[in-house]
Amino acid sequence: MTAERVRVVRAWEWARPERPARRELLSAVPELEQAKPPLLFVPGFGHGAWAFAEHWLGHAASRGFPAYAVSLRGHGGSEPAPDATLRAYTHDVVQAAAGLPRQAVLVGHGAGARVVTHALARYPARAAVLVAPVLGGWATFGTALRRNPVGTLPAVFGAGLRLNRRQLFSRDLADADARRYVSQLGRASRRAQWQLLTGREPEPAVGRPPVLVLGSPDDRVVPASALTRAARRYASAPLLFPGMGHDLMLDARWREPIDAILDWLDKDPARPLG
Amino acid sequence: MSSSTDLGRPVSDRGDTVCVIGAGASGLTAVKNLREHGFGVDCYERETGVGGAWNWRHDRSPVYASTHLISSRPFTQFPDFPMPDDWPDYPHHAQLLSYFERYADHFDLRQHIWFGTEVVRVEPVEGDRWDVTTRSTGGYGPERTSRYAAVVLANGHNWSPKLPRYEGLEQFRGEVMHASSYKDPAQLRGKRVLVVGAGNTGCDIAVEAAQQASHCWHSTRRGYWYAPKYVFGRPADQVNDTLLALRVPLRVRQWLYHWTLRLTVGDLTRFGLPKPDHRVYETHPIANSQLVYYVGHGEITPVSDVARFHDRTVELTDGRQIDPELVVFATGYLPRFEFLEGRVLGDEEGSGRPRLWLNAFAAGHPTLAVVGLVQPDSGIFAISHWQSVLFARLLTLRTSRPERAATFGRKVAAGLGERYSAKVKDSTRHWFEVGHADYLRALQRALYDLEGK
Ligand SMILES: Cc1cc2nc3c(=O)[nH]c(=O)nc-3n(C[C@H](O)[C@H](O)[C@H](O)COP(=O)(O)OP(=O)(O)OC[C@H]3O[C@@H](n4cnc5c(N)ncnc54)[C@H](O)[C@@H]3O)c2cc1C
Ligand SMILES: NC(=O)c1ccc[n+]([C@@H]2O[C@H](COP(=O)([O-])OP(=O)(O)OC[C@H]3O[C@@H](n4cnc5c(N)ncnc54)[C@H](OP(=O)(O)O)[C@@H]3O)[C@@H](O)[C@H]2O)c1
Repeated sequence: MTAERVRVVRAWEWARPERPARRELLSAVPELEQAKPPLLFVPGFGHGAWAFAEHWLGHAASRGFPAYAVSLRGHGGSEPAPDATLRAYTHDVVQAAAGLPRQAVLVGHGAGARVVTHALARYPARAAVLVAPVLGGWATFGTALRRNPVGTLPAVFGAGLRLNRRQLFSRDLADADARRYVSQLGRASRRAQWQLLTGREPEPAVGRPPVLVLGSPDDRVVPASALTRAARRYASAPLLFPGMGHDLMLDARWREPIDAILDWLDKDPARPLG
Repeated sequence: MSSSTDLGRPVSDRGDTVCVIGAGASGLTAVKNLREHGFGVDCYERETGVGGAWNWRHDRSPVYASTHLISSRPFTQFPDFPMPDDWPDYPHHAQLLSYFERYADHFDLRQHIWFGTEVVRVEPVEGDRWDVTTRSTGGYGPERTSRYAAVVLANGHNWSPKLPRYEGLEQFRGEVMHASSYKDPAQLRGKRVLVVGAGNTGCDIAVEAAQQASHCWHSTRRGYWYAPKYVFGRPADQVNDTLLALRVPLRVRQWLYHWTLRLTVGDLTRFGLPKPDHRVYETHPIANSQLVYYVGHGEITPVSDVARFHDRTVELTDGRQIDPELVVFATGYLPRFEFLEGRVLGDEEGSGRPRLWLNAFAAGHPTLAVVGLVQPDSGIFAISHWQSVLFARLLTLRTSRPERAATFGRKVAAGLGERYSAKVKDSTRHWFEVGHADYLRALQRALYDLEGK
């Protein structure tokens, strides 16, 4: 990670700015301002801000953290965007972050974690949390294919990636809830799905944010080995929550991972040296 | 914070803290980036708010009511804190101020800024450290001296008016002002106005005079390229950077630019405007779609350079006499570092022109940086950002890898006065002219070399 170079000249990005798209931003803020950093949750492909509004936003606010969740364009209540690129998603996250009153912590889930790693090169986050991160590349694809061939294979040819109930949740989650969540799933754009596999590696983060990686060894989308690999990029080890599905923020035991994140932030993790 | 006594003057030692002078855009980004690299910072600002030039409540702010950016948003914002994407391509100065205020709040910078405090002296002392003397703005109260590990000069260079001298100016009966005190078009209403100078300020004021004054003369001492803000339906600088991204060579870009202007703006000599005595990019670019429009409407009369003033008239170099009631000198600004001996910035003759590398680093002073002393053909803030990042990395490496910092020091000495633009016309206004792409590439190289990457 550290051996990579920061980029000063971005002629293409300046010459071709991303088109703005109306963004949905849901929030829950504590009644009393407590000088804790705001959190910005970034959902993965197919999910919208609603996935965090279910439990995590309210819980974070109850512990004194102003909490926000953005829907990437084409997801949730944001503007439709069938041709969106990873760059457009990254733009949405950086815009949402810079629009918050104070320096924010970025929390990305699934492929939203990949978007966060791109955003970290363009916004000096206070800290970053990668939850069950799908950082992309062909290894991710291999796992998905093995675990869910019917949902994954069509995605290569441009169809939406379909995640099934068994991948997303543990058996502990009530059937009705699981059905309700699955029915709200949408899809990412075809280009962004493709770029997740083939796109360029994220540039180094600016502002040296501390990074936490967490997930479940029983996640049927992101294997434990991928969690370890992701954490190693940031010189740490992943926090593990056995017995949970990929959607840690919606699964029956949603409280444990968010408490772990907030505990980590309460300890005020230091910026890495360098 | 021990107190030592140096030549009888109490000096409070601020240890490893870095001092930043000015809380305009450049000072703010210096504070933010130094903090991000773990440094303590004391920033002194003589005004009571942030934003420098863009805070038009400030006495010395050069902006006027109608000022809009000339560089479009992507070129103007800080690289790690974009402006809202629902803002216009060329935001208004009030939006700029709110942007800097939000930047200060977002990164919690105000706690490091001493407002209403003016720096009156900066002196190098042993061990590459600096004694900085301050007092309350306006000169009340005692002076205080503090010792710092490093200093960033971010005092801006667009606030001290450059006023040319003319024979007869004292006996002229009309009103005379420098553009720095021009704030509102009401100042022009119903008057016969002469605007001198065709930088972006002069062109903006001439356009407002065309709308408000009873007559407007616009005097220039050369011909210029008046570039519109939009070409091919896009902000002109975005079109230009598309060519830069494709690495089209300067000569070809100049040719394309001339050709585009010829097709869109047309031949200006037929309006009586002088033919440019230079290629495009050889004077600081003008971005103004309206000037030519009002010349074409007969609302602006282009005239030659001013020769001298008489009692009630102004004599031009072509011998004509005109009789303005108000003369606005939009003749630009000069840099001022009155708190520092010119020698420190490499200005041996006292010309007022510093001699630096990357417009930022002085030979023999490894703990000093000037931030924002550039006049780019684009936005200035990204440049100030990267200058501060480079300086923060340099200061970090002074302790962790001193040999790298020393190499950097040798590069500074060897590279003094290096330019990063096309060959520009000789004028004080081009002292700090840089092409943003050339400059940022040079800075990127300096950053990679420093870090051994
Ligand atoms: C009319 C006009 C329009 C412009 N438009 C653009 C544009 O579109 N895009 C662009 O990029 N640039 C533009 N510029 C250039 C402009 O100078 C920069 O945008 C910007 O203001 C530079 O920021 P700065 O922080 O370097 O300097 P400033 O904004 O001048 O800030 C310097 C600060 O230092 C403080 N200070 C100075 N001396 C002392 C001292 N001794 N002690 C304590 N404090 C001190 C001042 O009070 C001030 O707050 C424009 C300039 C003008 C005049
Ligand atoms: N965002 C905006 O809308 C905006 C608006 C205004 C200014 N700005 C920026 O602010 C900075 C300062 O601009 P500015 O227009 O105030 O100053 P400037 O660019 O220095 O222009 C000064 C003008 O006055 C002329 N001049 C200088 N001395 C003269 C003399 N002795 N006799 C006759 N003419 C003389 C210059 O001519 P020569 O070319 O012959 O030297 C030039 O035309 C620039 O970076 C500019 O881009 C931006």
